[in-house]
Amino acid sequence: MTETTVASPGTPGGSQGSPGKARPGPSGFRIARFRDLALVPAILLLIVVGALIEPAFLSADNLTNVLQQQTELSLLVLAEAMILIAGKFDLSLESTVGLAPALGVGLVIPAASNGLGTDWPTTLGIPICLLIGVLIGAFNGLLILRFKLSAFIVTLGMLIVLRGLQIGFTGGQNLFALPESFLYLGNARWLGLPASIWICGIAYAIGILALGYFRHGRSIYAIGGNVDAARAAGVRTDRVVWIVFMIGGFLAALSGLLMTGRLGSVAAAQGDGMIFTVFAAAVIGGVSLDGGKGTLFGALCGVLVLGLINNILTLAGVSAQWIQAIYGGIILIALMLARVTSGKAQD
Amino acid sequence: MQQTATPAVEARSVTKRFGPTTALDDAGIVISEGETHALVGRNGAGKSTLVSILTGLQRPDEGEVLFAGAPAPSVADRDGWRRQVACVYQKSTIIPTLTVAENLFLNRQSGHGPINWRSLRGRARDLLDQYGVDVDAGRLAGELDVEQRQLLEIARALSFGARFIILDEPTARLDGPAIERLFERMRALRAQGVTMMFISHHLEEVYQVCQSVTVFRDARHILTSAVDRLPHDELVAAMTGEAAAGYQARSRTVATGAPVVLSAEKLSLGERYRDVDLTVHAGEIVGLAGSGSSGKIGLAETLVGLLAADAGTVTVNGRTPKPGDVTSTLRAGLGFVPEDRHKEGFVPLLSIAENATLPIAHKLGRFGAVSPALRRARAERMIEDLTIKTTGPSQPVGDLSGGNAQKVVMARALADDPKALVVINPTSGVDVRAKQVLLGAVEDAAERGAGAVLVSDELDDLRICDRVVVMFHGRVVKEVPRGWADAELVAVMEGVSTHDD
Repeated sequence: MTETTVASPGTPGGSQGSPGKARPGPSGFRIARFRDLALVPAILLLIVVGALIEPAFLSADNLTNVLQQQTELSLLVLAEAMILIAGKFDLSLESTVGLAPALGVGLVIPAASNGLGTDWPTTLGIPICLLIGVLIGAFNGLLILRFKLSAFIVTLGMLIVLRGLQIGFTGGQNLFALPESFLYLGNARWLGLPASIWICGIAYAIGILALGYFRHGRSIYAIGGNVDAARAAGVRTDRVVWIVFMIGGFLAALSGLLMTGRLGSVAAAQGDGMIFTVFAAAVIGGVSLDGGKGTLFGALCGVLVLGLINNILTLAGVSAQWIQAIYGGIILIALMLARVTSGKAQD
Repeated sequence: MQQTATPAVEARSVTKRFGPTTALDDAGIVISEGETHALVGRNGAGKSTLVSILTGLQRPDEGEVLFAGAPAPSVADRDGWRRQVACVYQKSTIIPTLTVAENLFLNRQSGHGPINWRSLRGRARDLLDQYGVDVDAGRLAGELDVEQRQLLEIARALSFGARFIILDEPTARLDGPAIERLFERMRALRAQGVTMMFISHHLEEVYQVCQSVTVFRDARHILTSAVDRLPHDELVAAMTGEAAAGYQARSRTVATGAPVVLSAEKLSLGERYRDVDLTVHAGEIVGLAGSGSSGKIGLAETLVGLLAADAGTVTVNGRTPKPGDVTSTLRAGLGFVPEDRHKEGFVPLLSIAENATLPIAHKLGRFGAVSPALRRARAERMIEDLTIKTTGPSQPVGDLSGGNAQKVVMARALADDPKALVVINPTSGVDVRAKQVLLGAVEDAAERGAGAVLVSDELDDLRICDRVVVMFHGRVVKEVPRGWADAELVAVMEGVSTHDD
């Protein structure tokens, strides 16, 4: 094809075909990349503060501990970040964290240990747990996409229903007598690090690659940015969002699995109250509640920031009665800082 | 003009209905290879429906679409359609949070396997160079201006290999020089053999870039002609048709020295309008006319406080309400009928009585209480005044027909006996009878001494105005006294006669 800046003879003056816009230079893309790293200075600052407050902070044991404590939260944030980027919501993740392992355990342990009495083979425990996570995500997707209900209210309802189901069939009891397989994941160390850190790292690596370098991952951004435009470009928007919800449920179940293994039991309130922290980490990490914006790496940084703050508060000897109020307050301040530094209204 | 044997695009006797309304009635269009073909018509003429049928987004109820003589692909075959026709829609399909490169290759960033961002940017740069678009492929699309985004859409549309492109009101959001550059580009594309269908409300533009023109009116095809064989006034006549017998405007004289009740001084708002002055005296009705992009709605919404102007002042009844604050504007003595009654006009689940008395609730009882008896009495009077067809004041407005719901909105606007009245498209979607009542109510208010601004897309409505102010691309271009002719006004609205000024 020939150059298109041919001036037609019919136009006096023949203005140039290409508008004389100033080229901003190729730095645009690199600046966009820098936004991902916005929280890295904050993380470094927190590490310095931690080291000043308590020398033991920098010990390998403590840092490993910080990471391990955050694995369960970080898997939820991974799930929520993907769902938020797709322009939807999922509040029910925290209940999946409790229900999925509770069912996985309850179906395989004997009735004497508060099981359901089905006594299925113990090897089925973990697959059942993960499958339940996927099914919950699929059901959320069904209500939101097929029945066109608001994701907010659907998953708020599911949050309550799932928690209620767990309390209902466990009679509000904690489940002990876990199968070996559950305990293994929470306690094993692979190459010197807890297994849960590896699992989490691998999950993030896959997520970052998929959302950064693969067509289907990119379509999540397109859907969250402008669903009509995505559809016009041939993206099967409903299917993609549905799969994202199922992956979200899967990750929440996995998170519950790790928590169960670490604590050695399934508490009736397992996961209760995590969702605020999940949203806070995602938003601090630069994920937009409006969809289409944010990266998984940023979300991971958000988790680390919150984890370090939590750890520093504990090391600084803040009393247990006050820690919740202070932690919540710091999250709100972090949200305000994120709002001010990004210079845009938080959406 | 040479007529090739098979036209590039043809829609044959297409009919499309949406429920009770017929959007296209046995209409068609024939576009020859390589020409730029204009499609014009007033709002609701069926242009958008034809676009969605020609782009395969909707299936016609009757009739067929042919590309180069061959039947169009089935509606499910999106890729098939994309190879035939590309469309730059009115609504942007650029995703602001993604880069330019990714927007260009959305959902085809790579074949299989991971995306190579470097090569994607390279491919994007090639595509942008090919169409002479000077935009950095790595930038976020949200940082581009309207013109650049549009160029992006054109480049993307053509990259699918289609040789026929529909431009749906591409000039509506552009300013003068950008429009000129767009036309330059369209001429260049035509020189390369691209066939185009161009939609615009500005007839002058049709004469600048198109070779032939098709006029739709009331869902029907009216005429197709070579542009150079169709003078301006005949084109306008084809668009407007003969004026239907409508409301008989009353004669009225505005008292000399009547006080100014509503005025705008040097009002500007972004790209919507600039430096507008407007003065409305008591007892006067001033019409505000212009096309969709003229800024007339934005101006009216600024007068009532729905929007805040960037510069300039609004004065209501001698007071200067807080800009962008509806409550203080209403307190100053203004009543208004908003553009979209469903959005801003009424609360559908509340009764007629509650809706109509919302602004005067504080006068219907003491200490914040509202007396149901007083409210009912007021509402009954309003129902009688405006002949609202209803089972009673307690019926929810959501149950009323469009015309009656609009009467409730008008009743609300008039509830506090306003000194200034702003009425936006009061007769859209209402029948002839309701129209007469609504226009009569505006004239009644003027006779009681209110000054009114009437914004309307309907020329007939504007007949009740003492003068009509015409806006074009955000500026007041002309003021026409009572007694104008349709063609005269439309010509000014469409920007045809701006050269004569």
